[in-house]
Amino acid sequence: MSDISLNNKQKKTKIRRQKIKDFISLLINHRMGKVGVGVIIFFLFIAFAAPLLRTVNPHQSGNAVEILIPPDGQFWFGTDDLGRDVWSQVIYGSRISLLIGFISALATILTGTLVGIIAGFYGGIIEEILMRIVDFFMMLPALPLMIVLAAVLGPSIWNIIFVVSLISWPTTARVVRSQILSLKERPFIEASRCIGASNSLLMFGEIFPNVVPILFAEAVIMITEAIYAEAVLSFLGLGDPVRMSWGSMLHFAFDSGVMARAPWWVLPPILSIILLIVGFSFLGTAVSDVLKPGYKETKGL
Amino acid sequence: MKTIQFFLKKLTGAFITIFAIIVANFVIFRIAPGDPIRMMFHDPRVSAEQIKAMQIKFGLDKSLWGQFIDYFKQLMKGDMGFSFWQKRPVIEVIGDRIGHTLILVVTALIIATIIGILLGAIAGWKNGSKTDRSILSVSLVLYSIPTFAMGILLLLIFAYVLSIFPLGGISTPASGFTGFMYIKDVIWHLILPAFSIILWYIGEYILMTRSSMVEVLDQDYIVTARTKGLRESTILRKHALRNALLPVVTLSGVNFAFAIAGVIEAETVFSWPGIGRLTYDAVMKRDYPLLQGIFLLFAVSVVLANFLVDLIYSRIDPRIKTGDVNV
Repeated sequence: MSDISLNNKQKKTKIRRQKIKDFISLLINHRMGKVGVGVIIFFLFIAFAAPLLRTVNPHQSGNAVEILIPPDGQFWFGTDDLGRDVWSQVIYGSRISLLIGFISALATILTGTLVGIIAGFYGGIIEEILMRIVDFFMMLPALPLMIVLAAVLGPSIWNIIFVVSLISWPTTARVVRSQILSLKERPFIEASRCIGASNSLLMFGEIFPNVVPILFAEAVIMITEAIYAEAVLSFLGLGDPVRMSWGSMLHFAFDSGVMARAPWWVLPPILSIILLIVGFSFLGTAVSDVLKPGYKETKGL
Repeated sequence: MKTIQFFLKKLTGAFITIFAIIVANFVIFRIAPGDPIRMMFHDPRVSAEQIKAMQIKFGLDKSLWGQFIDYFKQLMKGDMGFSFWQKRPVIEVIGDRIGHTLILVVTALIIATIIGILLGAIAGWKNGSKTDRSILSVSLVLYSIPTFAMGILLLLIFAYVLSIFPLGGISTPASGFTGFMYIKDVIWHLILPAFSIILWYIGEYILMTRSSMVEVLDQDYIVTARTKGLRESTILRKHALRNALLPVVTLSGVNFAFAIAGVIEAETVFSWPGIGRLTYDAVMKRDYPLLQGIFLLFAVSVVLANFLVDLIYSRIDPRIKTGDVNV
C-alpha cells in the first residue's frame, strides 16, 4: 500500500469522526434532542444498574399479608395481587423494553437496508418483485397482524422481536431504495464503475456510507415503534410469561379487576412507557431536524 | 378513458392484494403449533377414532392444497369458519359486534380530524412561533402515548376517582332505557373510549397537517397571492389550506390501518363490545378461527379504504391519473 492511499484513508476517518462529532453536538443542542437523550440515558442506566437499585426477584410472590400493599419503606411502589414487588418489576421491565427496541430495530434496519439497496441498485424485475412484497406488507394492518402472529407463535420475547421486525422492515426498505435511486446516478458512482469496481463494492463500499445518516433516523423511529408494539402486545396478554414487562404488568393489573384499588401498581408502568416513548420520539424529531440540509447554517453551532 | 384505466388498475391491484391476504391468512394459521381438533376438545377422553372422524369432517385429512381450496370456497360462500369459544359461526359473532365498532371509530375519527387539521394548520401557519412550538410538542407527546395507556389513565381518573363516566360497556346493564334515554346512555359510555382514540389521532393529524402546511407556504403561488395584496385569511383558506390538505387525504387511508390499532386498544380497556374487544377475547380464548376471521375483516377493510382514498384523491388532484405526480 502506498503512502498516499494510507494518508487518504486517515484523512477520511478523520473527516468522518469530525462529522459524527458535529452531528452529536447539534443533536444535544437541539431542544427536543436534549430531553430525548436525557430520558434514554436515564432508562439505560436503570436497565444496567437494575440489580443495584434495591430490587428483588420481580417474579417472587409474597405471602398472604403482602398482597396489594400500598407503597411503604419496604415496598417503594407497593405490591401487586400476588405480593410481588412493583418497584422491582418496573426497574427490570425497562430491560425488556430496551432490549426489544434495540434488537428489533437492528433486525429491521439490516433487512430493510439489504432489500432497499438490492432493489434500488439492480432495478428491473428484481426491484419490481421486492417492492411488490414491500407494498403488500405495508398494506396489512400492523397491530392485527402482530396479534395474530404472536398468538400463533406463542408468547416469548423472541417471537415478539420477530413479529415486530417482520412488520417494520418494509418502511426502511422503501426509504433506502428511494435514496439509492438518486445516489446511483451521481458521478462518483459512475467514476468507481469506470475503474472497475464490482457491484457489491459499489453497493456496500460506495453507496451504503451515504445512507447511514438516514438509517440512524430510521433506527430511532423503529426503536420507538418496537417499544410501543411490545407494550401493546404484552398488555393484550401476548407478552413473555417469564419476563415481566411494563405492558404485562398492566395486563395483569387490568385482568385482576382490582386496578382501581391499587393505583401504585398501574401508574409506574404507564408513566414509564409514556416517558420512554416520548424520549425516543423527541430524539427522532431532533435527528430528522438535524439531518435536514441547511440545519447547521440556520442554527449555527 | 384515463379515468377508467386508472380505476381498473387500482381495482385489479386491490383484488390481487385481497387474494394474497387470504393466502397469508391461511398459511399463518397452519403454522400454529398443535392439532386444531385437540384444541377444540381439550378433553383427553376423546378417542383416536373420534378425532379421525372429526379430521375427515373438517377436511383436515386432505393435503394442504386441498385444504386451501376448501377454505377459499367456503370464504366465497361467506363462511368464515366456526368459533370454538362462542360455538357459532364466526361471521355471526363478527356481525353482532361490527356496528358497535363503527359507532366508536366514526365518532372518534371525525372529531379528531377536525380538531387535528385546525390545530395543525394554525401551527404550520405560525411556523416557528411560540404557538407552533407548544402545539408541536403537545402533539408529539400525545402521539407517543399508546392508546391503551391513555385509556387506562382516563379510566382511572374519570371513571374510578371522579366517577363522572361509567367504567365500561356500551350501555348501563338492565337499565331499561329506551329511545332518547338509551341514546344518551350510549353516548355517555362512548366518551372515554372515543377520547382515548381521539387524543392519539389529534397528535397525528396535527403533525401531518403542520408539515404539509409548512411545505405549501414555501410555494410560489403563496408568494404571488401575497404580492396581489390578498388578505392573510383568504390566502390561508383559499390557497394554503386547500393544497396542504391533499397529502392529509392520502394519509387518511393509511391512517385507517392505525385506527384499527386504536380501536383494539380502546375497546379492550373499556370493554366496548366491538370487534376490538372481540380480538382480545379471541386471543385470550385462543379461538383461532375467530381470530382468523377478524384478521381477514381488518385486512380487507384496509385494502378497500386505500382503494377508496385513491379514487377520491384522483378526483381532488387530477394530475395523479396522468402520472405527473407520484403519491
